[in-house]
Amino acid sequence: MTAVMNQLTEPEGSPTTAYPIEAIRAEFPILATQVYGKPLVYLDNGATTHKPQCVIDCISQFYSKEYGTVRRGVYALSEGATEAFQNTREAVATFLNAPSSDEIIFTRGSTEAINLVAHSFGHTYLNPGDEILISAMEHHANIVPWQQIAKLKGATIKVIPMDSNGVLDMSAYASLLSPKTKLVAVNHVSNALGTINPVAEMIKQAHAVGAAVLVDGAQSTPHITVDVQALDADFYCFSGHKVYAPTGVGVLFGKRTLLEAMVPYQTGGDMIDQVSFDGTTFTDIPHKFEAGTPAIAQVVGLGEALRYLTRIGLPAIAQHEADLLAYATERMQTIDGLRIIGTAPHKASLISFVVDGAHPLDIGTLLDHEGVAIRTGHHCAQPVMRHFDVSATARVSFGMYNTRSEIDAFVQALQKVLTLLR
Amino acid sequence: MPTIPDQQAAIVTQFNALPDWDARYKYIIDLGKQLPSLPDADKNDDNIVRGCQSQVWMVASEDGGKVYFKADSDALIVRGLVALILQVYSGQPPEAILANPPEFINQIDMGKHLSMQRSNGLAAMVKQIQMYALGYKVKLAQQP
Ligand SMILES: Cc1ncc(COP(=O)(O)O)c(C=O)c1O
Repeated sequence: MTAVMNQLTEPEGSPTTAYPIEAIRAEFPILATQVYGKPLVYLDNGATTHKPQCVIDCISQFYSKEYGTVRRGVYALSEGATEAFQNTREAVATFLNAPSSDEIIFTRGSTEAINLVAHSFGHTYLNPGDEILISAMEHHANIVPWQQIAKLKGATIKVIPMDSNGVLDMSAYASLLSPKTKLVAVNHVSNALGTINPVAEMIKQAHAVGAAVLVDGAQSTPHITVDVQALDADFYCFSGHKVYAPTGVGVLFGKRTLLEAMVPYQTGGDMIDQVSFDGTTFTDIPHKFEAGTPAIAQVVGLGEALRYLTRIGLPAIAQHEADLLAYATERMQTIDGLRIIGTAPHKASLISFVVDGAHPLDIGTLLDHEGVAIRTGHHCAQPVMRHFDVSATARVSFGMYNTRSEIDAFVQALQKVLTLLR
Repeated sequence: MPTIPDQQAAIVTQFNALPDWDARYKYIIDLGKQLPSLPDADKNDDNIVRGCQSQVWMVASEDGGKVYFKADSDALIVRGLVALILQVYSGQPPEAILANPPEFINQIDMGKHLSMQRSNGLAAMVKQIQMYALGYKVKLAQQP
């Protein structure tokens, strides 16, 4: 630890001097690569995060020595793989503070988790005239599945509005809630604005009218300690690839009573109790919702990533990222004509912005050439773009391995790019 | 009027004489700044060519057996690319447009980078030009 602290290169006066940033950066091999001969400055962590060596090694080791199918084989490899797979389920339950690992379902990602709930909750509980509330700042993944099931079931979608800072209108929310509300679907953190939504309060109010709540945690889990019991969330989902784990695996937490009552999503092998050509009975949760051979190695990799995150500590990561957010916000505000889209008082470490006289696509294309990777476009949140009357924004999003000097490099590159464009 | 292959060769020579990528991007950006804007009335949904992240509007007309294009974009680098495409194809006979794919894109030193980016809609733009050319070719053939 002392050796690590001696290596710190954070600028003086940084409040994060105890954070082992150099050791963390060294754990992510891709950060040492160059782009067009310039050091990579990766600021698109909201889209996906890079993988630490321990996760890469874990997957490689698993495939080299331990791989087998899960819950089917009677031989040692399969039993070992099944145990490793189940260990991740336990690790995820701990990560979310879920009451039981039976309430943890592995999916392909947040998208599939939301589709699962839309289908299985929808077919079990929705009736004509029922209402589903979603917020005005949802990712398309938390809009379109609800539109589809609403159409099938004759239910209606109502939208919780937000203000010009990107803060949800809680009094509008309160008046939208009614006994007709069956489900509220809201993101914990907005991928387009960074807003941290008051989900605990929203869940409390939804429960008061008997509605269930799905929280899309795709953008919160990398930054915030989540406790599904403290939140009293009915469903909570996230994507592995955004928490430094492999692609192809995600998580749905659901309360046992709901999951047990809900019809399955996909059907096939591994989720049945008895099958005959007259009919089929389904097995218990969580397996009822995990038809087919799962993404075994990816799940095992997710377990390793969560152990890594826990080792560094989400509170320490959150503090480091809060410093980056404050520093970047301050630096970016010095740029002439730059407007930050999303100025909620509580934000996770991402900043959407537009600049007068420069299209986000031009900014992104030219920054790439300076080695700086940022996101541009509508961020799969076209309603948010419409609300702020822009067709697209540029977005920087920070992760556990970013530094103030990378923000300096970004701001400097942005200034250079803007002189070219304006 | 130089032919399409002549125009393409001229662009390749021009580009490859530029010292580095910075200069090439600057050149494209300058072309973008110089391209005349389309009137707002032409920037409607009928004339849109969808890129993933930027919009291109294109109008075509025919005169004396040649197809003329005007186009615009909301992004500056895309406007520069539009200017290059127009330099190659506008004012050419439809058969020539159809017979000459935009090879210059792969021959300029940043071609691979530019054409691989689905976001700038370059491929969609070229396809639209070819569609117009095909349409005018059929129309001209039907004329007595
Ligand atoms: C808020 C939010 N929800 C859902 C998703 C979808 O996640 P995935 O593509 O991993 O399924 C994303 C990813 O961009 C997101 O940011």
